[in-house]
Amino acid sequence: MPTNLSARLCTFVLSLFLIAFALPAFAGPFEDAVAKFANDDFSDTEEAIAAVASSGNKLAFPIISALQDGRLMADSDSKKVYVTGADGKSIDAATGEAVASVPDSASAVRLNNRLRRSVDAALGSLTLQSPDVGTRLQAAQSVFKSHEETALEPVDAALAKETNKSVKTALGEARAAILLFKSDATEVEKLEAVATLRARGDQEAMALLTGMGDQPASVTKAAASAISSIQSSLAVWSTVQNAWYGLSLGSVLLLAAIGLAITFGVMGVINMAHGEMVMIGAYTTFVVQEVIRTRYPGLFDYSLLIAVPLAFLVAGAIGVLIERSIIRFLYGRPLETLLATWGLSLVLQQAVRTMFGPTNREVGNPSWMSGAFELGQITITYNRLWILVFTLAVFAILLAMLRYTALGLEMRAVTQNRRMAASMGIATSRVDALTFGLGSGIAGIAGVALSQIDNVSPNLGQSYIIDSFMVVVFGGVGNLWGTLVGAFTLGIANKFLEPVAGAVLGKIAILVLIILFIQKRPRGLFALKGRAVEA
Amino acid sequence: MTPHMLTRSLDRGATIFLLVVAAIGVLIPLSNLLLPAGSFLQVPTYLVALWGKYVCYAILALSIDLIWGYCGILSLGHGAFFALGGYAMGMYLMRQIGTRGVYGNPILPDFMVFLNYSKLPWYWYGFDMFWFAALMVLVVPGLLAFCFGWLAFRSRVTGVYLSIITQAMTYALLLAFFRNDFGFGGNNGLTDFKDILGFNVQAEGTRAALFALSCLALIVGFLICRAIVSSKLGKVLIAVRDAESRTRFLGYRVESYKLFVFTVSACMAGVAGALYVPQVGIINPSEFAPGNSIEAVIWVAVGGRGTLVGAALGAVVVNYAKTFFTSGMLAPYWLFMLGALFILVTLLLPKGIVGTFNAWWDQSKEKRAAASASAAAEDGVTQPKMAE
Repeated sequence: MPTNLSARLCTFVLSLFLIAFALPAFAGPFEDAVAKFANDDFSDTEEAIAAVASSGNKLAFPIISALQDGRLMADSDSKKVYVTGADGKSIDAATGEAVASVPDSASAVRLNNRLRRSVDAALGSLTLQSPDVGTRLQAAQSVFKSHEETALEPVDAALAKETNKSVKTALGEARAAILLFKSDATEVEKLEAVATLRARGDQEAMALLTGMGDQPASVTKAAASAISSIQSSLAVWSTVQNAWYGLSLGSVLLLAAIGLAITFGVMGVINMAHGEMVMIGAYTTFVVQEVIRTRYPGLFDYSLLIAVPLAFLVAGAIGVLIERSIIRFLYGRPLETLLATWGLSLVLQQAVRTMFGPTNREVGNPSWMSGAFELGQITITYNRLWILVFTLAVFAILLAMLRYTALGLEMRAVTQNRRMAASMGIATSRVDALTFGLGSGIAGIAGVALSQIDNVSPNLGQSYIIDSFMVVVFGGVGNLWGTLVGAFTLGIANKFLEPVAGAVLGKIAILVLIILFIQKRPRGLFALKGRAVEA
Repeated sequence: MTPHMLTRSLDRGATIFLLVVAAIGVLIPLSNLLLPAGSFLQVPTYLVALWGKYVCYAILALSIDLIWGYCGILSLGHGAFFALGGYAMGMYLMRQIGTRGVYGNPILPDFMVFLNYSKLPWYWYGFDMFWFAALMVLVVPGLLAFCFGWLAFRSRVTGVYLSIITQAMTYALLLAFFRNDFGFGGNNGLTDFKDILGFNVQAEGTRAALFALSCLALIVGFLICRAIVSSKLGKVLIAVRDAESRTRFLGYRVESYKLFVFTVSACMAGVAGALYVPQVGIINPSEFAPGNSIEAVIWVAVGGRGTLVGAALGAVVVNYAKTFFTSGMLAPYWLFMLGALFILVTLLLPKGIVGTFNAWWDQSKEKRAAASASAAAEDGVTQPKMAE
């Protein structure tokens, strides 16, 4: 069917021509609008913004964003307008053609506060129909915040086309926000808007409802009930949020304190250099990431998985070394051990400072640890969540190790009765070294996790040492479950006190409470029962 | 205190120590004030201030040795009492500035004007009078120590637990004093002092007088400690240190003894802080840092725990070393050395400098006695055994 084919080809060529001629015809009003920018008159500029934003031209977005950043240059003589890019290249705003240079007579189009608002609104509506879901969502949220009446039309247009559920909700909320403030909206529309905002139920929705000004009586009534419902749901969510923050802080405390619970709790050794073991773990992570970055960039997401065993080995080996060279000479002299290990912590800090410099080193988050997700009204970041999971895993492994392995059995035996254990053929000094190494190694693992949420600096350990001791002492020495309960209790108590008393006073209050608590139960929450007069 | 008691409580080491401190306390100010500047024997003013600082540290070390060396209480929070005494003195000095501050407010110190205080907080009342401030230098640390000790000792918090909660105490105070709305100048602390009792704090004469006063305070503090440890009460303290439960079973109220000595020690630390502030010219929350308190403990360990003389000596030696090493090109290595000092002293020199020297001295004396006894025995003369 050659004729048919040639006929089709003809139509195609014809339509191409048609489009080619139609474009300049379309560009007429657009060009006129763009030229208005050159008039250097605020009301003309406003008209131009509205016209360009609603033109649907692909140059609209670059023009408006250039206007926002002061990069839109207009020549009032030739009525030409140029967009200068951040890279110094310029295009003609009306045609999109590149120009060699902007004439000297051109100056940036001026804005006032009123215009800035319409620029923001225009940008918001321009991005409402972007192909990228994230951009659309952001645009809808920014319209919700600005709730300019001019955005109603683009929002409605976007809402008609939108298929993504969360963007649709956001658009609906944006529409509600606009309608609520639109003076000529009907009462029904306004009531619907209040209902939508009530469903949204967050701080921002409440701010809109409280600040909506004069409204018909029925709307005011609906808004009041919506506000009280939002308030009560917000109160619940803020409790949930505090609880989550508390759990998160508790997991950090637990992570820092588990190793201490082994060395202090099981062995009775006061290791003031414990924080430095955490720091060494964090620096191990840093080194691992450096190597991966320079040699095997593809492995970056696995850097933490590689760092965990390495940090355990490095910190554990240093721990065994410390036990063999210093601590074993000081058994039975806890106060001297305290002083010697404090000295050791100074040496380790200074050594790291000399090797890596005194400033913070950057440790990156792997992709699976960055970002966050929303759970109702609270945001949960992945790194905090993973740290909680990781902490509980470490705790469980440690507990299982003490319970089911030969080394764990020997450790418990030596803790309970050193001389009897020795008589049964347990090499007590070897067990001491390994126990101390285990405690230090776990501190090293803690350092890997803490490097994700804290600054990796030589002082990293210092900030955890007092808190860790508080956890172990509060929970009860020699009892891992006590450490678990202690860490989460302190974490949650701290986070619930913080909104009431402020961060610092909350912390002080916790310290004072622990000091008072120790008066009441000198051996901690879960004390080991024993008959010894002087433990 | 009768003269008899004084002589009984002083052995040769203590006498030498007191004479040396008295000589320094007289000679250094005189040399600074009377000799012409630039003369070989003239002590420059900055050295007077520096040594004044050391003497204050020595008083702090003495107070720690009193409880750690003789009663076994290892306080890792003694820097808190020192700093509280310092703040009491600093508040007096702030009130003396009057209208000479940057904002020229006759009542409010500069930082309060800056932070929009409308009137003086109640706890600043009375600090314009020296006698009241001087009283507070003793009362505030003493009261805190009394309350803290009463709670801790009554519920038998001992050993390491006590050390850790004293550390928590000073840490909590550190956090509190860092707060601007706590009313003590936030992290800048109190500074820009002008007068003390009408004398310019910067003047050479005032500095010399403060130095002499610090030496006097060291001597008085030393005599008080000697009096305590050589009395019957001191014997009970040593018994508590060595076997607390046994002492309790013998019928002594251990907690009362501990509480008494802890409070006295805190007051001494407060005095040290009060003398320290006008000589250094500033007091800020970093004095509460737990690290400072632990460092003070190591002075005692270096000098010799339970010797008093050793504590003061250790404070001066370690701080002199610190000044020496941190001012030169060795500065990055100072923390290595301090850390090594902690480790080596506890491992190799558990008795400290003075303790080791005493042990060596006693040993050689015994040897000489044994040698002369055996020489006498060879002469065939039997001697009655000397009663100790």
